[in-house]
Amino acid sequence: MSIDPETIKKERSAGWREELRSKTKNKDRVAIERVHMPELEAEIRVHHQDREVNRGLTLAQATLEATRCMDCVTPTCIEGCPVSINIPKFIKYIESGDILSAASTLKETNALPAVCGRVCPQEKQCESRCFYVEKLKKPPVAIGYLERFAADYERESGSCNIPETLPPNGIKVATVGSGPAALAFAGDMAKYGYDVTVFEALHEIGGVLKYGIPEFRLPNAIVDFELENLRKMGVKFVTNFIVGRTATFDDLKEQGFKGFFIGSGAGLPRFMEIPGENFNGILSSNEYLTRVNLMGAHSDDSDTPILRGKNVAVIGGGNTAMDSVRTALRLGAERAIIIYRRSEVEMPARVEEVKHAKEEGVEFMTLCNPVEYFADKNGRVNRMRVVRMGLGEPDASGRRRPMVIEGSEFDLDVDLVIVAVGVSPNPLVPASLPGLNVSRWGTIIVDEDKMQTSIPEMFAGGDIVRGGATVILAMGDGRRAAEHMHSFLMTK
Amino acid sequence: MNKIVEKEYFSEKVVKIVVEAPEIARSRKAGNFVILRVGEKGERFPLTIAGADPEKGTIILVVQTVGVSSSKLAALQPGDFITDLVGPLGKATHVEKKGTILAAGGGVGIAPMLPIVEAFKKAGNRVVSVIAARSRDLIILEEQIREWSDDVIVMTDDGSYGRQGLVTTGMEEVILREKVDECIVIGPAIMMKFAALLTKKYNIPTLASLNTIMVDGTGMCGACRVTVGGKTRFTCVDGPEFDAHQIDFDEMLMRLGGYRNEEKQAFDNYVHQCQCQKEKP
Ligand SMILES: Cc1cc2nc3c(=O)[nH]c(=O)nc-3n(C[C@H](O)[C@H](O)[C@H](O)COP(=O)(O)OP(=O)(O)OC[C@H]3O[C@@H](n4cnc5c(N)ncnc54)[C@H](O)[C@@H]3O)c2cc1C
Ligand code: FES
Repeated sequence: MSIDPETIKKERSAGWREELRSKTKNKDRVAIERVHMPELEAEIRVHHQDREVNRGLTLAQATLEATRCMDCVTPTCIEGCPVSINIPKFIKYIESGDILSAASTLKETNALPAVCGRVCPQEKQCESRCFYVEKLKKPPVAIGYLERFAADYERESGSCNIPETLPPNGIKVATVGSGPAALAFAGDMAKYGYDVTVFEALHEIGGVLKYGIPEFRLPNAIVDFELENLRKMGVKFVTNFIVGRTATFDDLKEQGFKGFFIGSGAGLPRFMEIPGENFNGILSSNEYLTRVNLMGAHSDDSDTPILRGKNVAVIGGGNTAMDSVRTALRLGAERAIIIYRRSEVEMPARVEEVKHAKEEGVEFMTLCNPVEYFADKNGRVNRMRVVRMGLGEPDASGRRRPMVIEGSEFDLDVDLVIVAVGVSPNPLVPASLPGLNVSRWGTIIVDEDKMQTSIPEMFAGGDIVRGGATVILAMGDGRRAAEHMHSFLMTK
Repeated sequence: MNKIVEKEYFSEKVVKIVVEAPEIARSRKAGNFVILRVGEKGERFPLTIAGADPEKGTIILVVQTVGVSSSKLAALQPGDFITDLVGPLGKATHVEKKGTILAAGGGVGIAPMLPIVEAFKKAGNRVVSVIAARSRDLIILEEQIREWSDDVIVMTDDGSYGRQGLVTTGMEEVILREKVDECIVIGPAIMMKFAALLTKKYNIPTLASLNTIMVDGTGMCGACRVTVGGKTRFTCVDGPEFDAHQIDFDEMLMRLGGYRNEEKQAFDNYVHQCQCQKEKP
């Protein structure tokens, strides 16, 4: 998805933008230091699973940060955004004090800005392409913080616009799953006038946004607000419904559904298949986070049990690993360790999560990998064996390949181990659709531009197409699929 | 939300409930299960579908009260709603004409065995069922099992009904008496372990339907993992039935105890709460 450079140029030369640019000299803009996100103090937040760490910018902070942006002639930041948000435009609206217009600008291309402002890896995307980084070797404009600010401001102002929808066209379409990919698709199809039903296997809508990402990073209330907006646009939600099992695609076609968007995610957790991995107290990050985030197992009134550990090891270096290790701390761990087989620079987690984890007291054992687990007489893990790793030549992913250092094993006392070494595509849908083209890895194969699968009325996107990816990419896929399903159904 | 339309006590601790679930009633097959949740603070837990009526749009569940969740479910009355119910989950039993099938069900495992017995009978097999429990009042669904079996042996640990002895005693009797082509065992893990050891001795292909701990039931969490033939499998999507001779039952027994302390604590709290409520004037 991209926006046309001509449009960007034209909008940049709007009167108010020119005026704003002339108001402050670039020299003065550059002299402003990047804002610091106000945070809940580490000592306090480690006791609260449900309190968001980042508090959000104040209006004054946001305005000043927005002033740093120089409204470049060639805004390279937009190229770094997977959904091509018109970044300078929304930031300049903030500088001018028109926050609601900033929020509308975001929503032109991003269905869930309050979510993305919190969870996107901005340092690898827009912010990495900011003029400050590329040319001035200075910290980038805090695009992510500003995105969150505008979206939160709009929500809290109570003057949130429900996007206009075209008159109903009576055509029924369905999504399989309710993660960001499906929600973005549903929003756009509702705008085009379709009768959209979102089918979700779990008892909650939101996919990873609900069951995976913890409350201290993404409050459920934010997701629920967006869901409420979709509801107001006429989107229907059906929980406890597994497409392909509860009813087949053919059943749904009989009920009149003309198009399907498969956004079923990469739900299947991977394990390392090393000795002792099935002992009690060793679980996938998906299980651990689902028990806490979806089932509320950390609160006393929940029926769902949770294992609390004193010495907790989390295997992996992604966002899932950071979320798990920080959850373990909040649930009372005395020692919480990240064990990652490469070095910190290769960690796929957002930089901010790593920073927060360190502030909270998480230990990082990088260049280490588990090889075996041991247990007490009841089968509860009590010790793990770890081997040190070195880095060799870059592999297919471009990251240097980790290699075992022979004879470097050492043991650690642990009573809880959370395995966060990746996920595989959820096989439920492909298994129920024999005609669907699927890759060797189980991802659904689509036409990259249209997101259309080998079955013409079925489109797909998000993690089921990409393997484990990001919220913003999933949403971008959903929007692209909506655009092309719309033209497909209109010309049919 | 799914409405309970009927409820029947098989014994003090074993309850049959009939629930409205029109889609599942239509799409379920023998061997499938559902995941349920009772109340907004409820836990997700699996129950095998013991039967269904596609016309009425209902399914039958049989629950034995062992902990908080099963007690909360069993406490619901006709007209009440189950907060969440999703399914059908798991692979269906592979049913075909094989000759003679020996079906062994222990305790509350007799309920999930019923649809499998029915399916094998309808596929033209000779079906011999051995149903076993600790005592007379825990033998459930005997009549229904008889309806779909050519012969039924009832075993109780204490001899209060049928014959005294374990399920394996009844099974061995059948095996020695006639040629058995396949066995199905469903029940407590420990019972399945010994049943599997027995049929292995006689080289009879055997399936066991596993009741591991589960959370989502869709392959998302791995709480349900078991080792089968040296490989880790997820019971909810790869099972629940596996080749009983390949299952690591000792590991499964250990894993079933994974949350024992936490569950006991929760159950004690629940019982305490119920008592407090009763004591209130
Ligand atoms: C703990 C964790 C932290 C993360 N942190 C970040 C982050 O900070 N930033 C970021 O950008 N990304 C992050 N990610 C990745 C991001 O969440 C995913 O890339 C994104 O959610 C994928 O969206 P999706 O719509 O494809 O699927 P999902 O969000 O996975 O949703 C799929 C949904 O489909 C349902 N489903 C599956 N099959 C069926 C069926 N047959 N019928 C009905 N429903 C079905 C599933 O139950 C699920 O709810 C994180 C992931 C995890 C697990
Ligand atoms: S119950 Fe979660 S994967 Fe099987």
